[in-house]
Amino acid sequence: MHNNGEKLIGSEIFFECLRRENVEYIFGYPGGALLKVYETLHDVEDIEHILVRHEQGATHMAEGYARATGRPGVVLVTSGPGATNTVTGITNAYMDSTPLVVFTGQVPSTLIGNDAFQEADIVGITRPITKHNFLVKDVKELASTIRKAFYLATNGRPGPVLVDMPKDVLNADCIFEWPESVDIRGFKPTIKCHANQVQKAAKMIAKARRPLLYVGGGVITAEASEELRKLAIDQQIPVTMTLQGLGAFPGDHPLSMGMLGMHGTYWANQAVSNCDLLIAVGARFDDRVTGKVDTFATQAYKIHNDIDPTNVDKNIKVDLPVVGDSKDFLASLIEAMPKAKEDRGAWLSEIEAWRKQCPLDYTVEPDSLKTEFVIDEVSKQTRGHAVVVTDVGQHQMWTSQYYKFTEPRSIITSGGLGTMGFGLPSAIGAAFGVTDRPVVLFTGDGGLMMNIQELVTAVFNKLPVKIFLINNSYLGMVRQWQELFHQEKYSFTDLASSNPDFVKVAEAFGCKAMSASNPESARNAISEALAYNDGPVLVDFRVIRKDMVFPMVPAGGSISDMLLARLNPKTMV
Amino acid sequence: MKHLISVLVENKFGTLNRVAAMFSARGFNLESISIGETEDPEISRMTIVTRGEDRIISQVLKQLNRLVDTIKVTDLTHQPHVERELLLLSLKLNKSTQHEIFELANVFKGKVVDIKQKSITIEFVGSPDKINTAIDLFRPFGIRELARSGAVAIHRGEN
Ligand SMILES: Cc1ncc(C[n+]2csc(CCOP(=O)(O)OP(=O)(O)O)c2C)c(N)n1
Repeated sequence: MHNNGEKLIGSEIFFECLRRENVEYIFGYPGGALLKVYETLHDVEDIEHILVRHEQGATHMAEGYARATGRPGVVLVTSGPGATNTVTGITNAYMDSTPLVVFTGQVPSTLIGNDAFQEADIVGITRPITKHNFLVKDVKELASTIRKAFYLATNGRPGPVLVDMPKDVLNADCIFEWPESVDIRGFKPTIKCHANQVQKAAKMIAKARRPLLYVGGGVITAEASEELRKLAIDQQIPVTMTLQGLGAFPGDHPLSMGMLGMHGTYWANQAVSNCDLLIAVGARFDDRVTGKVDTFATQAYKIHNDIDPTNVDKNIKVDLPVVGDSKDFLASLIEAMPKAKEDRGAWLSEIEAWRKQCPLDYTVEPDSLKTEFVIDEVSKQTRGHAVVVTDVGQHQMWTSQYYKFTEPRSIITSGGLGTMGFGLPSAIGAAFGVTDRPVVLFTGDGGLMMNIQELVTAVFNKLPVKIFLINNSYLGMVRQWQELFHQEKYSFTDLASSNPDFVKVAEAFGCKAMSASNPESARNAISEALAYNDGPVLVDFRVIRKDMVFPMVPAGGSISDMLLARLNPKTMV
Repeated sequence: MKHLISVLVENKFGTLNRVAAMFSARGFNLESISIGETEDPEISRMTIVTRGEDRIISQVLKQLNRLVDTIKVTDLTHQPHVERELLLLSLKLNKSTQHEIFELANVFKGKVVDIKQKSITIEFVGSPDKINTAIDLFRPFGIRELARSGAVAIHRGEN
């Protein structure tokens, strides 16, 4: 601990600031520009540094930690290649509004702009993918910049903030002063929703006969699940969620309709297409959700609540915008609702009919294994209580369909950017943040290979991450599109002859591993893996190779026209 | 339609770049952008000329507002304002055209800032429309070089 008024060098100020921001973990990787910082770190005891094996891994770990805990993730990497390796993770965090503070070392100020060894203009490179970024030019600005960085990352719509720290700044000294408050002239997010707008929304809801809540990750960020549940149940409004919104409303509640959009449920998409009022909360009308925009929810009056005004009227024209925090919106809405209630019985039974018409189901055969079975089984054995992390691909969509998320902060997935390689490191980050719930990763054989080196990080730290590898020896999602839309030209998606033996690979990393290829062995492997807490465990599920995710809206199609099954690709409803 | 947007920003390095990058990253049209310090040395004023339908312009305004270095964004298009642009025009000069050039320059309240045997440079200040007209009219004399500043604009005062 250091006090205000003490004379410190930059690297000491750095750690003192992190301490004051209550940082528990730094995900990092050393290098020349950070030698002084790592020298200081050697004697820091109250902040734990996690050594990753690739800087992309560090950013994803910080994301996993942030999304599981709601606290900002912290990354520390060296200049040049260390910094550029974080670009994918930063972009991912930007797209999914995840609070991250990324510290990069930089060559000495005097060398900036000289194409010096290990110099990269990381502030320039990350300008379009950060909420904001800083180059600290003087050690006197270090503390206030770090304070601002954390403030910006976590307030308003969260996002990644980068702080670039030249080597000489980290070595220079000055009197340490921690700014107690932050005031940034150009950053004053609207938290409180406009009362008139809320009143109008309440009136619309009271009058609506076929209302629908469309809920995104913003509700989870705002910790507004309680309010959402109350509003939905009091008013008998069904709830559909985006990929990031899953868990905001309990997936096992009769009013839950699961996910909407490209691989959403048939009944959710039908409800969107037939509702007379769509109440969008903390969601941004992503193109994977809307499909063809001019056919999206055409019969509905649209209310849109978002903390970020740029999300409003961006993709879809809304009738009633309400800018502000989703918790404030839902809470004031509950207050503003008139006592009299509309009978929504007819609407709910219509939805029930769609649900029966095209339910999510799959068949089980004794000698082969389906991904749907694995996910369903994990959902049952964890009673919907796990923190579930996914990679990107078919397994990600099946997870959204078959895992019954019952609580917020239960799904951690790359939605906006769709980053393969996100899964393993973010699951590790989540496991650092959450110790009272199992952390389960569903990953593909393609995605796992993209950051498999982080197995070392999991093993070394004895993290009980359950790595459930959905191994179809294909880049499955791409293969699905090739089959459906590209004349079955399976160009470079078959990995059968080049994949390694994942069980052996995991074992070489020191990770417990097993495999399963039928329902019986899968069920046993899942329970064994869930019971094992002495470090990570990998189960290589050898699933049938050519399964496809249905239902599906072809890219650019209307969400009311879903492709329901492979056998009958013409079955458009 | 054309919009004239005035933006107060923190006077910091990288701010212009951030604004310009936002326009290119989101595919917004950016016709001109000019920036300079204001009466407060910590603040700069940017004048941006862009084009688009109402929905696009409303996104432009919101995205500008979202930048952390942005203090205030005003769409001046439909408000009383004064808009000016500076043009430096260098023309070929010879005995036969000399007279006409001077006369035309006078009509446009141009100011001769440099004159050599075979060339003349004239400075014009005016609305972008006036500047366009001036360029068209001088073109037949042979333009050697041309530089224009992009618009700068400010609210009209009140009575
Ligand atoms: C970094 C990156 N590269 C490429 C893609 C394109 N892509 C999307 S899904 C996919 C296939 C994923 O295959 P796998 O990890 O085996 O999972 P599966 O779909 O089989 O479940 C690919 C290549 C991507 N999303 N991210």
